[in-house]
Amino acid sequence: MEKLSGASMVVRSLIDEGVKHIFGYPGGSVLDIYDALHEKSNIEHILVRHEQAAVHMADGYARATGDVGVVLVTSGPGATNTITGIATAYMDSIPLVVISGQVHSHLIGNDAFQECDMIGISRPVVKHSFLVTDPRDIPAIIKKAFFIAASGRPGPVVVDVPKDCMNPEILHDYQYPEDIAMRSYNPTTSGHKGQIRRGLQALLAAKKPVLYVGGGAVISGCDSQILALSEKLGIPVVSTLMGLGAFPGTHPNSVGMLGMHGCYEANMTMHNSDLIFGIGVRFDDRTTNNVEKYCPNATILHIDIDPSSISKTIKVDIPIVGSAEKVLDEMLKQIEANDYGISDPTANDHWWSDIAKWCGRKSLAYQKSAEKIKPQQVIEVVHRLTNGDAYVTSDVGQHQMFAALYYPFNKPRRWINSGGLGTMGFGLPAALGVKLAKPDDTVVCITGDGSIQMNIQELSTALQYDIPVKIINLNNHFLGMVKQWQDMIYAGRHSQSYMDSVPDFAKIAEAYGHVGITISDPAQLEAGLEKAFAMKDKLVFVDIHVDETEHVYPMLIRGGAMNEMWLSKTEKS
Amino acid sequence: MRRIICVLLENQPGALSRVVGLFSQRGYNIETLTVAPTEDKTLSRLTIAVKADEAVLEQIEKQLHKLIDVLKVSNITESAHVEREVALIKVKAQGEIREEVKRLADIFRGQIVDVTQSLYTVQLIGTSEKLDACISALADITKVIEISRSGVVGLARGEKSMRA
Repeated sequence: MEKLSGASMVVRSLIDEGVKHIFGYPGGSVLDIYDALHEKSNIEHILVRHEQAAVHMADGYARATGDVGVVLVTSGPGATNTITGIATAYMDSIPLVVISGQVHSHLIGNDAFQECDMIGISRPVVKHSFLVTDPRDIPAIIKKAFFIAASGRPGPVVVDVPKDCMNPEILHDYQYPEDIAMRSYNPTTSGHKGQIRRGLQALLAAKKPVLYVGGGAVISGCDSQILALSEKLGIPVVSTLMGLGAFPGTHPNSVGMLGMHGCYEANMTMHNSDLIFGIGVRFDDRTTNNVEKYCPNATILHIDIDPSSISKTIKVDIPIVGSAEKVLDEMLKQIEANDYGISDPTANDHWWSDIAKWCGRKSLAYQKSAEKIKPQQVIEVVHRLTNGDAYVTSDVGQHQMFAALYYPFNKPRRWINSGGLGTMGFGLPAALGVKLAKPDDTVVCITGDGSIQMNIQELSTALQYDIPVKIINLNNHFLGMVKQWQDMIYAGRHSQSYMDSVPDFAKIAEAYGHVGITISDPAQLEAGLEKAFAMKDKLVFVDIHVDETEHVYPMLIRGGAMNEMWLSKTEKS
Repeated sequence: MRRIICVLLENQPGALSRVVGLFSQRGYNIETLTVAPTEDKTLSRLTIAVKADEAVLEQIEKQLHKLIDVLKVSNITESAHVEREVALIKVKAQGEIREEVKRLADIFRGQIVDVTQSLYTVQLIGTSEKLDACISALADITKVIEISRSGVVGLARGEKSMRA
């Protein structure tokens, strides 16, 4: 049998797992792994400028491809810097394996230099974690880590490796396991057939049904099944922020994004429905508003692979535990076998005319101006110039909502944002990870002057590895979403939300070796963006000065039902 | 309502902290918690007493199942079961009260397991309710110096069992 050191086993296990990219940053306790990595050139390692960004890059990579993202960092601060990234991935169920160095086994617990209890500090935000105690376990632990990260409801897994377990002088037998069986971990994937039949009967009997799709639909890859179900039975589809793209945004059956900043028609459709079919959603507070007033007439049918997501906040009438793809396949099979839905294509006509009425309210309409660029307008131009087919990452705030509302996504995995944790600083590193995975596609990072400064140092990584993404900075010199809340709830007292001394971003981009463009005149917007997208091989930072008074609407009214929204600064639903 | 949840847990480093962390992280209250190895050396058994309504209990069970190291979860309070707790109660026992403490311990079928000239240590086994009653009766007649309780352990009655 082949003999390898612990450090070489880490690298070989990753190669045998099929890993192509690692995002990381070296340091004392992982130098043996880095040395082993230096000898093997068939994995590309991306050296970041901050460990948090390494995790976001791996995360973006995982979101765009569905593969497991891999991170390698050192002990202590290297490990703690990954926590925000790990929590971001955990909240959105993104598969990652994060390998962290640890001090020597005999020093653990001694407050040694660069020691931190990584297993302890990451515990609430990981799907699982492993502390290596014997180097011979490394191949099996890495195999398990990838299996756990990618299966069931995906999530991040930490593998903490003490320095002595990597010792290059001591060799052990190496064999990468082909399969792994764990008696305590065996996620259910195919749903209960009886429950699926019950669910389908309820769906067919409903007069005002709606499909409510979320991030789980993207993860399970059931977009073609949702399309078939919606078209066969004539059912409208609303999407969460995380579900955008699981159903084509420009399809006539798409009613748009629901929730806190969802469009009027989507929230009204939910509130007035008599059956909500949740597919890979978790009924979180941003999509339900006040649970006491939640969709009063609706029967709730819910597919999720994680049983704990079912009836967590909203009581579900017909739960189905399983992978959305497999459950919907079975449902479509039952529809096919019984010729359901084809006999009366007009059954839901009344429902559709209600929806048409709500769409007529045009809740996303806005006023353009000759003096100031509107943020909504920027997104619309970006959509047009990229033919609606770019990978779009975002940070967190107003720009994120504008991107979600004004860039309709027709394919899953194209919209990449931190929906659950709401992590500012996610957008740029995530975009770099996406571009590495999809080098031939256009990758756009929609950001703001607040968010971009939380990981702007990654412009340096982008130059080193020549990763030509496009950064669209909706610059309003404010923390826009904070300001919006202060305008609406705190009588316009802008406490600490104004960013004085915002830098010249175009010059910063240039200083990092990229192209910077500044646009502030609405008449120059189209031409400026065209120029940016024409430079296919360059990272272009487009700093766009937008109207700082603009708010994101609609906005659900706090404590209200889903039909209670602000539609503009002065108008309520 | 008070429930007793039994958990079979892989005997891995850090496994217990995942369970305890889950309870604090999600705001569930643990009343008592006991942990010990089982006849299978690779597994530990936890007995957790909690106060929770149906909806919270459902979430607790689901969240416990979600932990990778958790093998089995069972709510033994949903059917017939046996539960026991042990208490060691150190009380003042001087003068005429000394005899009274002994009599009270006998009534609750407790035993005096340690004696000094002025103190008794009473050992008591029973349901948590019985322990509460005895402690309160002792407190009525003498000064309770110190109490150590084990937390509850339990098994389902009859054929029902929870094994790997």
